[in-house]
Amino acid sequence: MDALVEKLPFLYHMIKVIPYLLEGMKYTLIITFLGVAIGFVIGAFAGLGRISNSKIIYAISTVYVEIIRGTPILVQILFIYFALPDLLDLNLDKITASVIAIAINAGAYIAEIVRGGVESIDKGQFEAGDSIGLTKNQTMWHIIWPQAFRRMIPPLGNQFIISLKDTSLFSAIAVVELVYQGKAYTAASASYFEPYFMVGLFYLAITIPSSIILRRLEKRLDV
Amino acid sequence: MRTIAILEYFDFIRFDIIWNYRELYFRGLLVTIALTAVGYTCGIILGLLFGLGKMSERKWIYYPAKWYVDFFRGTPLLVQILLIHTALIPTLFGHSLGFFVSGSIALMLNSAAYIAEIFRAGIQSLDKGQMEAARSLGMPHGVAMRQIILPQAFRRMVPPLGNELIALLKDSSLVTVIAATDILYAAKVTAGAYFRFWEPYLFAALLYLILTWVCTKVIAYVENRYSTSYIPAKRRRFFMRKHGV
Repeated sequence: MDALVEKLPFLYHMIKVIPYLLEGMKYTLIITFLGVAIGFVIGAFAGLGRISNSKIIYAISTVYVEIIRGTPILVQILFIYFALPDLLDLNLDKITASVIAIAINAGAYIAEIVRGGVESIDKGQFEAGDSIGLTKNQTMWHIIWPQAFRRMIPPLGNQFIISLKDTSLFSAIAVVELVYQGKAYTAASASYFEPYFMVGLFYLAITIPSSIILRRLEKRLDV
Repeated sequence: MRTIAILEYFDFIRFDIIWNYRELYFRGLLVTIALTAVGYTCGIILGLLFGLGKMSERKWIYYPAKWYVDFFRGTPLLVQILLIHTALIPTLFGHSLGFFVSGSIALMLNSAAYIAEIFRAGIQSLDKGQMEAARSLGMPHGVAMRQIILPQAFRRMVPPLGNELIALLKDSSLVTVIAATDILYAAKVTAGAYFRFWEPYLFAALLYLILTWVCTKVIAYVENRYSTSYIPAKRRRFFMRKHGV
């Protein structure tokens, strides 16, 4: 390796930064997976709330979705990490705050995906469920949801990729994820291009395979 | 007098700390709008080039365009901003050119990648019979593209381009990391000065909400004027609610 580095000096920082980035990758992935999983639960409820009969449920979920989709995620993160503990008088550690932020943010976008998925189902399906005597909830759970979920998979995958990239913002509250590690390395080594470029490659290493898998899945599901 | 009484009732919310920094917020508003406008306008031009590049049959055009789009869509904007501000521009010019140049370049390059995909999808969604018909009338490829395909494709691109504008507006908040004096920066400064977090960040969120709301209205107007897509979503939602779904 030393001989290689001697010939190509710019490789030095690129290789040296890798262990730090692997450490950061761990938190990036943990926050993304946990956040999107919780966000899916929130989004499923909020999305069904958006097509609910009840005016109150509709209003609550609409306000939630509009506010979260209308403000930048960085504002939400700073708000959750700095302002929320003030109000609720609790101690949020950084990782929990990050997971909450991703969950709440992704939840709003997933709500729209769920709503779109359900609304894309032909209305004959609802009527058919009605006419064979299923209740509204039964129709939703047994007939609509399985069909709608198939259509939701590609946009859900996109949301996963978006959330993964959004975790980069947690460097603003000093969560030890990829960008934070890259930043720390640049500060220590005074080399800027190589570490940040490697950070970019690390993200690409997840996003490009994910999008290829998604495309295959889309074809397989034929949606 | 009455307004003051109402304000006193809410005295646990300190409006004065926002008021004291009103100039910073106003400046932030202008910076956010300017960054978004510059990034979006240049992004559309650059995005059109890369979108056409991604549809090219020549490999040496296709692959660079594809790599460009994959890189900028696959990495976080934050990394791109840091790369451009701390590495690219100092390397090219020898010194930093300030937050506005780096910020608008980063937003431009980022939005160009997304807009390239919008253009590609818009053009490829057209029936290929349109191109064949134009070619069989004897039009060269370029003329057919400009006069037949692009005008139709543009109408289909209006809704996703609107979404991209709103996304970019919100993404512009990331330039605070390179100390750009946008809305979020004003909120951060206020929060730091008074060690109060509710009011500044809520106010920043409110400003962004107002901006996105205005954008939504403008986009809806443009969509109504130019978009070909019939918009059944509202009616469909009404139908579904009526039928208890």
